[in-house]
Amino acid sequence: MRIGEAIAPRVVFGETLVELGKEYEKLVVLDADVGASTQTALFRDEYPDRFYQCGIAEANMVGMSAGMAAVGMIPFVSTFAIFLTKRAGDQIRNSIGYPGMNVKLNGAYGGLPTGKAGATHSAIEDIAVMRAIPGMTILVPCDPVETRLAVKLAMETEGPVYLRTVRCPVETIFDESHKMELGKAKVVHEGGDAVIISTGMMTPKALRAAKALESEGIDLKVIHMGTIKPIDEDAVVSAAIEFGHIFTLENHSVIGGLGSAVAEVTAKKAPCRVKMLGFQDIFLESGDNELLFSKYGMNVDNIKQEIRRKVCK
Amino acid sequence: MKVHLEETTLEELKKKARRIRELILTTTHSAGCGHTGGSLSEVEILTALFFNIMDIDEKNPKKEPRDRFVLSKGHATPGYYSTLALRGFFPEKELAGFDSLGSFLQAHPDMHKCPGVDFSSGSLGQGLSIGLGMAQGLAGKGEKGVTFVLIGDGESQEGQIWEAAMYAGAKNVRNIVCIVDYNKVQLASTTEEAVSLEPLKEKWEAFNWNVMECDGHDMKDILSALTAAKEASGNGPVVILAHTVKGKGVSFMEGRYQWHGKAPNDEEFQQAINEIYAGGEI
Repeated sequence: MRIGEAIAPRVVFGETLVELGKEYEKLVVLDADVGASTQTALFRDEYPDRFYQCGIAEANMVGMSAGMAAVGMIPFVSTFAIFLTKRAGDQIRNSIGYPGMNVKLNGAYGGLPTGKAGATHSAIEDIAVMRAIPGMTILVPCDPVETRLAVKLAMETEGPVYLRTVRCPVETIFDESHKMELGKAKVVHEGGDAVIISTGMMTPKALRAAKALESEGIDLKVIHMGTIKPIDEDAVVSAAIEFGHIFTLENHSVIGGLGSAVAEVTAKKAPCRVKMLGFQDIFLESGDNELLFSKYGMNVDNIKQEIRRKVCK
Repeated sequence: MKVHLEETTLEELKKKARRIRELILTTTHSAGCGHTGGSLSEVEILTALFFNIMDIDEKNPKKEPRDRFVLSKGHATPGYYSTLALRGFFPEKELAGFDSLGSFLQAHPDMHKCPGVDFSSGSLGQGLSIGLGMAQGLAGKGEKGVTFVLIGDGESQEGQIWEAAMYAGAKNVRNIVCIVDYNKVQLASTTEEAVSLEPLKEKWEAFNWNVMECDGHDMKDILSALTAAKEASGNGPVVILAHTVKGKGVSFMEGRYQWHGKAPNDEEFQQAINEIYAGGEI
């Protein structure tokens, strides 16, 4: 994985699971008939005895994973984020969250890029739902390098973890020396004119915007929040104090996601305005990913425009 | 399969069942709340499991290997806790704290608070999947142990029960025994009036389960069924349809949905206790 290279995180996810299968004998993988898409098929081929094909029955799959964890296995449950977090929402809340089961949940195809599958397949409230469950760790890696680290971090973190991955190829922004720490934000671009806190696949977009704005003499600080819960409160407070205004950017609804998490911190500890870029309380629709991001004000040009408006007023 | 039980054992178990009924009524009466009806219907099933069938140790609740139990109908805690207390997982006097602030006896079972509870439950329909996960996880680790899951009949209206049933039948999951407390009454009506489960036996058979039926209040019958089921579970999933009566043992509670989630008042409590001990044998 070299910087600039575009790789689909789902492939990285599948390959990392295979790698971890050697290290963790108790790692088992549960799939709801989407293994070919989410790439858990790689694990199935390598460890057929530790792979459970659950069919199209998410509630039972999540319930079984909780039972497996109760007897000491470490299950990685993987299916589309939309169905995992809502169809099996009660199971995650009551059978994984409440008893604190050591289950890892891979919400694949988080957010908009679902392969042009439209509204019913676009999980844009999964982070909000998972964030409200006490004890749930939420990891939203931004590029292929960090996706690999996030899968490992999920395994190293005791208790329930929700990992959000995306389908489409994402630009590599980190080199192999990158470290991912639980609850630690990462500054990916320095700047003193404005600050944007982004997560997941939106961080490469924010970084592109920041680089483009350099030529206009605007220095945008980009902070990547790879862990939504626990959130890096110190990073948010520092940004609030330094800039007095924070942009947030996420491939998610502005209700309950990164923007909300940041605003909760600022409201408590360092009040400032938080301008949230994300999906504005709507359902998505079919269409090309980038055209849709543009329609909802979330492409690189939109980000630049927002920053210019703030800095140049 | 015939079970040859000493008459004394049977008598002892019947005595324990009567005592559990008394503890249930005392618990809900004292707390002023709790699911009395569904607790009384599960008494013989729990007595047989916890005093005869399951390999468990009240002195070492987490011992390995052991059999496991999941109360999928998680609201029937007065029956579950009374059984655990009588078995010695905790002192009977703790039942007085049932469902009160700070008690380890939560309204629905909490595996991290109550000794002897193998999994937390409360949201209906989830226990069978949990049990399947336990059975497969233990098999994956090469550990022994049979997992028993008690589900309600009303609960069987949940789709997840049938997702789990389909999975277990299709994959021939071993060492899992599901028991249906088939008391024919749910929260606000009979199951027949709500959404009928019949033909229930044929449904489970169609899902490729080994189906057994028994009188869930006849100690000899339930013991015989559970013994056979435990053994047969080595070959694939087994379900026991235990025909029971909601509120069993108390005339004015029997078969009445009004006693699903209600505690007896002083007068009702006294009458109920008298009835339980009047018959001698239930």
